[in-house]
Amino acid sequence: MILDALTAAMATGKVRVVDLTQTLTEDFPTIVLPPEFAQSAPVRIERLSHYDAAGPAWYWNNLSFGEHTGTHFDAPAHWFTGRDRARGTVDTLPPEHMIAPAVVIDCSAACATDDDHLLTRPALEAWEATHGRIPAGVWVLMRSDWSQRKGAAYANLRADGAHTPGPDAEAMRWLVHDRGILGFGSETIGTDAGQGGDFAPPYPAHHYLHGAGRYGLQCLTNLHLLPPTGAVLFAAPLKVHEGSGSPLRVVALIPGKDTP
Amino acid sequence: MRAKKNPLHPVRRPLLPPGQRSRAAHLLTAAAGEGRFALPCCTACGRFAWPMPEACPACLGDIALATASQGARVLSATTAEVPADAYFRERAPWRVGLVQMDCGPQALVHLSPGADTGDSVWLSLKLDRAGSAVLHAGREGEDMTTDPQWRDMVADPRDRRVLITDARHIAALPLARALAKAGAAAIYAGLPDQWKPLDTRAALESVPGLSLVPLDVTSDRSVADLAAQIGGKVEILVNTADLPRPGGLMGPSATADARAAMDTVAFGLLRLARGFGPAMAGRGADGTLGAVAWVNVLSVFAHAAPPALAGYSAAHAAALAFSHALRADLGQGGVRLLTVFAGPTDDPWFQTFPQPKVTGKALADGIVAALLNGQEQAVVGDLARDLMERLRENPKAVEREFAQGRM
Repeated sequence: MILDALTAAMATGKVRVVDLTQTLTEDFPTIVLPPEFAQSAPVRIERLSHYDAAGPAWYWNNLSFGEHTGTHFDAPAHWFTGRDRARGTVDTLPPEHMIAPAVVIDCSAACATDDDHLLTRPALEAWEATHGRIPAGVWVLMRSDWSQRKGAAYANLRADGAHTPGPDAEAMRWLVHDRGILGFGSETIGTDAGQGGDFAPPYPAHHYLHGAGRYGLQCLTNLHLLPPTGAVLFAAPLKVHEGSGSPLRVVALIPGKDTP
Repeated sequence: MRAKKNPLHPVRRPLLPPGQRSRAAHLLTAAAGEGRFALPCCTACGRFAWPMPEACPACLGDIALATASQGARVLSATTAEVPADAYFRERAPWRVGLVQMDCGPQALVHLSPGADTGDSVWLSLKLDRAGSAVLHAGREGEDMTTDPQWRDMVADPRDRRVLITDARHIAALPLARALAKAGAAAIYAGLPDQWKPLDTRAALESVPGLSLVPLDVTSDRSVADLAAQIGGKVEILVNTADLPRPGGLMGPSATADARAAMDTVAFGLLRLARGFGPAMAGRGADGTLGAVAWVNVLSVFAHAAPPALAGYSAAHAAALAFSHALRADLGQGGVRLLTVFAGPTDDPWFQTFPQPKVTGKALADGIVAALLNGQEQAVVGDLARDLMERLRENPKAVEREFAQGRM
């Protein structure tokens, strides 16, 4: 009955579906590590046949990419703090975690003027004062409107590394340990700020989320279409054997215009 | 100034000069390709011979190549106004001469416009558009670059449009400058990962005629897109794409590094060949400024792999193997494939290698010089030259020296 009501609401527009996924393209920026470390393979889409001599009636491609390319999911095993978590890889991920509510923290105004803007615990507490306590088991999505940037402006690499917004260490510790969130999502290349390597602990979003068996989503888009509360996220990574993450399609269900 | 082609006229199909040679004559092909002047010489009596004989015409001794004097005197000069051969007919009038070489034999040669009967001339061993070794004679000190016959045997960048495939290569900026100085009409510099900073951007953009274009040789789509855009304009392609990552076979990321190197150096070449090769081979006779050369900048370690560069060397060896096929394909259109073997370059990836290392400028100058000389092979850097010599003499010794960590 509930599912019938849901599909009926979707049919009538009372529930709308928003795609939060960037198109998986070959030239979308990926994480850049110091070159002496092993590098993620880029996204590559190689034509096998296109109704031609290599396959007269069919079109298909070979697809290759690293686990952390495009809009992608980070599993707990991605970070050393989560290496011993039960069901910490994408193939063992509990399916009920693939559908969960989401709250959206709008940082877009601050990020427009500060590439290194940090989401802090006081900012989160101020958000709670308006929208209510962040429930346990939700996705917390940081809206920065960063996804509206392209190419070099999106990666924003400088001589001292990437300059992109993200959460500070206390915000992440608090969200994970005091609010019990399911995961944290961002529009940038990582869940952490571009300069997050200099924080204590380094890369606090990775550190706290995965250490507690929680998840990351990055390179999201269209967060400006989501309400602060009330959205439901569908985020099901590929079932990669012992995978640390994967590109995925993320969609959100949101209330339609006429919904109270 | 580059004249524009009338788009209503078809592109001239590439014809080649007669290319049949004896097997022995390809000793001369190698010498000409490397820019060496050497002639057939009897190992028994020491007499020089021309053309390449199977045995010494004087004593039937074995023939080998030997460095010879390049001096000669023109006995007679002729201008072929209506040659019977289709290739020369298209390019008539064509000057030929009979010369008396200082080292002994007489030879029929391609003759520069400035040389006439009785003149002292300077001989060069060149590869013609069919890739065969021929003799060209011009007066010493004469500016050959205006001689259309000479220009047909070299790959002069003047008024041509050049693609450098990787603007991030250490040689890209000095190469762009050298090409601009050599008169290139346009220089396209391919930039992979446009979203990453490029330290030399401002310097590159200040090179006259240069434009940065998106190109990632590891992407089918990127190569195809650029080929669709400028494939019909590129007359010289210099493939500088490289990914030096030191590491032995048993290193922690050996597989990923070797795969990435292969994808850039070997498969990158394959993608470029598929994207740009057909148009270039088809434009080998497109006016006097048609497609003329493809340059692969390879590591000298394509020939011998130090254990610390296992994957990198394998990638370059694979690219070298691909380039033999590419030479044959491009040769159908009279387009030359030049392989430039470089020693370790003066960048962080070869930080621990012994000096002298190859600077970007030295590599760039080597590339342009080899183009101007019409070569098929050039070796740049003392270490590279030394290594090639040692490999000729005693390849097993090189293998053991590398195993002991010696260059």
